[in-house]
Amino acid sequence: MKLIYRTTLVALLPVLASAGMTSQIRPASAEELTVMATGGEWQAALRKAWFEPFAKKTGITFNEQEYTGELGKIKAMVETGNVPIDLVTVETSTVLQGCDAGVLIRLDYAKVADRARFLPGTALDCGVGIDVYGDVLAYDTTVLKEAPTSVLDIFDTKKFPGKRAMRKAPAQNLEWALMADGVPIAEIYKVLATPAGVDRAFKKLDTIKKDIVWWEAGAQPPQLLASKEVVMTTAWNGRIQNAIDKDKRPFAIVWDNQIVEYDMIAIPKGAKNLDLAYKYLAYAAGPEVSAQLGAYIPYGPVMADATPFVPKEVLSKLPTAPDHMKTYLVGDVEFWGDHGEDLVKRFNAWLAQ
Amino acid sequence: MLSPYPTTSERIRVAALWFWCVLVLIFLVVPIFVPVPLSFNSGSFFTFPLAGVSTRWYEVVLGTPRWRAAIGNSLLIGAGATVLATFLGTLTAIGLSDPKFPARRFVVPLLISPLIVPVVVTAVGTYLFYARLGLANTYAGIILAHTVLASPFVVVTVGASLSGFDRNLMRATSILGARPLTGFFRVMLPLILPGVLSGAAFAFVTSFDEVVVVQFLANAQQRTLPLEMFTGLREQLSPAITAAATLMMALSILLLIVANLLARRSRQAGLPAE
Amino acid sequence: MSSIAMSGVKPRAGATDRSDSLRPLALAAPLLLLLAFSFGAPIVLLLSRAVYEPTIANALPHTIAALRNDSAGVPAEPVFRALADDLKTDQAAGAIYEFAKTLNTRLPGARSQVLRLARLAGQDPAPTREAMIKAAPLLGEDQGWTAIRSGSNRFTSFFLLSAFDLRWTDQGTIGTVPADQAVFTRVFGRTFLIATLVTLATLALAFPLAYVMTNVRPVIAGIVLVLVLLPFWTSILVRTAAWTVILQKYGLLNDLLLWLGMTSDRLELMYSRTGLVIAMTHIQLPFTLLPIYSVMRAVQTSQLRAAQSLGARPFTVFRRVYLPQVMPGVLAGCLLTFILCLGYYITPVLVGGASDQLISNFIANYVNVELNWEMAAALSFVLLASTLGLYVTMTRYLGLDLFKMG
Repeated sequence: MKLIYRTTLVALLPVLASAGMTSQIRPASAEELTVMATGGEWQAALRKAWFEPFAKKTGITFNEQEYTGELGKIKAMVETGNVPIDLVTVETSTVLQGCDAGVLIRLDYAKVADRARFLPGTALDCGVGIDVYGDVLAYDTTVLKEAPTSVLDIFDTKKFPGKRAMRKAPAQNLEWALMADGVPIAEIYKVLATPAGVDRAFKKLDTIKKDIVWWEAGAQPPQLLASKEVVMTTAWNGRIQNAIDKDKRPFAIVWDNQIVEYDMIAIPKGAKNLDLAYKYLAYAAGPEVSAQLGAYIPYGPVMADATPFVPKEVLSKLPTAPDHMKTYLVGDVEFWGDHGEDLVKRFNAWLAQ
Repeated sequence: MLSPYPTTSERIRVAALWFWCVLVLIFLVVPIFVPVPLSFNSGSFFTFPLAGVSTRWYEVVLGTPRWRAAIGNSLLIGAGATVLATFLGTLTAIGLSDPKFPARRFVVPLLISPLIVPVVVTAVGTYLFYARLGLANTYAGIILAHTVLASPFVVVTVGASLSGFDRNLMRATSILGARPLTGFFRVMLPLILPGVLSGAAFAFVTSFDEVVVVQFLANAQQRTLPLEMFTGLREQLSPAITAAATLMMALSILLLIVANLLARRSRQAGLPAE
Repeated sequence: MSSIAMSGVKPRAGATDRSDSLRPLALAAPLLLLLAFSFGAPIVLLLSRAVYEPTIANALPHTIAALRNDSAGVPAEPVFRALADDLKTDQAAGAIYEFAKTLNTRLPGARSQVLRLARLAGQDPAPTREAMIKAAPLLGEDQGWTAIRSGSNRFTSFFLLSAFDLRWTDQGTIGTVPADQAVFTRVFGRTFLIATLVTLATLALAFPLAYVMTNVRPVIAGIVLVLVLLPFWTSILVRTAAWTVILQKYGLLNDLLLWLGMTSDRLELMYSRTGLVIAMTHIQLPFTLLPIYSVMRAVQTSQLRAAQSLGARPFTVFRRVYLPQVMPGVLAGCLLTFILCLGYYITPVLVGGASDQLISNFIANYVNVELNWEMAAALSFVLLASTLGLYVTMTRYLGLDLFKMG
């Protein structure tokens, strides 16, 4: 009989332990900011370039969380009124979506920085830009004998046969499809705003649909290249550059016809440490601070006055390096704000067909 | 399988049947062991051939805070869900084994339904509901959700071992003046214990493997081993995943052996197992 | 426990029926309560989202009141004045964006028009009907007002209809959505197709194996059973990881096929339907096999011998005597696998391509990415209904019981 009691006790121990752990919640320090970012190499770079120096300077420490960039997680927090995070990194289109859904607060730029100091399109109502990155084409130099010269080569299945990877989203892909179909860069968004233009873009994507592997997380493109699952892939330039620099992968980046985009940071509605969050945003908007990220991942600053502070060896790897800006398109935030939802819907329907 | 005087065509048929079965067994078993050699790869690739043999990926899984936290979370949640599911499930099975149990026709399908309802539906519903109650992103929430998914296994296994239990034994103990609780601990529990423990093993495995509910309910601090593997498989194929897979598999095999031994013991005790 | 303690000290012959049936129920009560709280309530709440969507009604109270007098088509001036009023209020309250987003799910392109209209409505004097139609052309069309009228009802069939690619037309009949928006019938069809393929594949593999298992010495049967149970006990993530290793372009299977000379080129198995079906078949095989095996084990071999000695040919014996007896097991195994396949989520994400995503993947996508929880709820409803429908059919009409319960 003793045995039974003992086993019961042993079995119950973990439960008791877990009860102990939950009651032992970290003391709510007024000087801690909880930030949720999309993880991987990029979050590590944010930590080294900004979070740690900020903590050193102000004593405000960071409690970091990770997520996959989906607004659903934040929406659930806001709907319940229990918002454990103060800052969240998001994509431009997600900022607009979150703004509309009332999930992100409208920022008071008086507490951040003069809006005029930001590059155009990086100071949005509900989100502040944090870096500039390029949507580029990447390939493995040991696999492709002949190097692609433009992102649009992804549509050329004759010259470059085999699977290729693209991001599972309409943004960028529709723009590239129109470019490849001969629409001048200056007219891309004008054409894409018409139903005929959308049809045209999807028709162009149709030509390579069966050869596409779709990626969702930024860490996937280098992975798909490394496993030789695809011969080329669209990617965020920093992830490929880090695979080249740190993991010594034989990859190369094609910059021609890149699309320039911005990463954003936002405050969810109901955040508990609003003042601290603003304090951080103001800090990160400093010209010198803004330039620091480039040393850890080759993304450029969003502050117009930050360029002189970017480390020299990084400059040539940025999407904004003169060599990389021969032909490029800047992603149109307004356009995607207005049409994003419908195009996502259409894109998903197209994918399923 | 052959008839007493087999013809040639019969021999061929039987040989073909055997051949097919061997192929099926290979298909069943070999894939499971494929990650094992890769987990000892000294290179950082996810493909054969191996660059060399090393235990570096086990050091990664057992040594880095991220993987360790995941293992800890999995064990914690698994233990919590197992204890709860085993306790509640055993009580329920005992109740159900009473012939006077009312409306059994409706209650049994209800108890089994967590196995049938697609797990995404359960996960999304639980997520939306728990978010309102502040239970999302808590260990308690995940443990409760896993208890729901694991309880049918306990009800079924304990129910099966109870079906061979002679209820007269309980009547006898109470006639002899034993209090019901004493009767339960000294007569019923020892006899159904193998069933209870094998139900507990099922419950643990269910929770330990579960990833969909966790994906919705857990925050970054509550990431479990399967969730870590899921993210890894999607984003960062590294041999660390194969090392984690090997460890999980070793645990499964251990539990399978334990459950089998228990089943044998309960058979020897004259009770049907499972 | 206390109920046992109280009522059972001495067995009383005259104990009432009620307390007799309450006692076992009390034992089951804690689990039933937990299920109600942690399983039943969440699902009911989720499903209610499929039919309850109050945003539009909340955003346009005056417009809807004014619309009562205008039963169809584009209404007259007073309704427009009420609309301008409502939008002004919503703009001030910050509710305009959620309204715009909600209307947009029913009426693609409405979002930007609503926002433009709200800015216009804030001006003094209030805009005219013409000015409003000019700013938001949808207001000059029947379909714009059809969407607003249907949104005035907090209970909606919109999402459930959408789950079947259907919608209310401007004439008040049910029609299909435009071809470029039709998704779900195809996805449901694909889910059923893949479930069928996997079920048939598992049956082809499981039936002969189960048959052999019943015809060998118990020791061997026991070993085979352990081999079958091993994958059953192994994490689905472990197995999916294994299949990733095997199916990769530079993975084991391609290596093997090249070595055997069966292919000259590496096959694309990852992110393909073939790969998905193979991996799912592996995961489901034990589920199909175990019910078949347990039924086969109970078949009396003497009957088969009797039939044979009476002169029946082996195939006839198999078809006329053996098959009818093992059919319940075959049906139970196949239906179990089929039902479980309908709900697959993890494997399609990791092994399947974009055109192999099943209905569960779409549900997750609507929750996490598109923030359209109503649509996720509607799809869940259809998935749940088909699953439970099949399960009930199986237990009720085929008289099968998957989980032999007391």
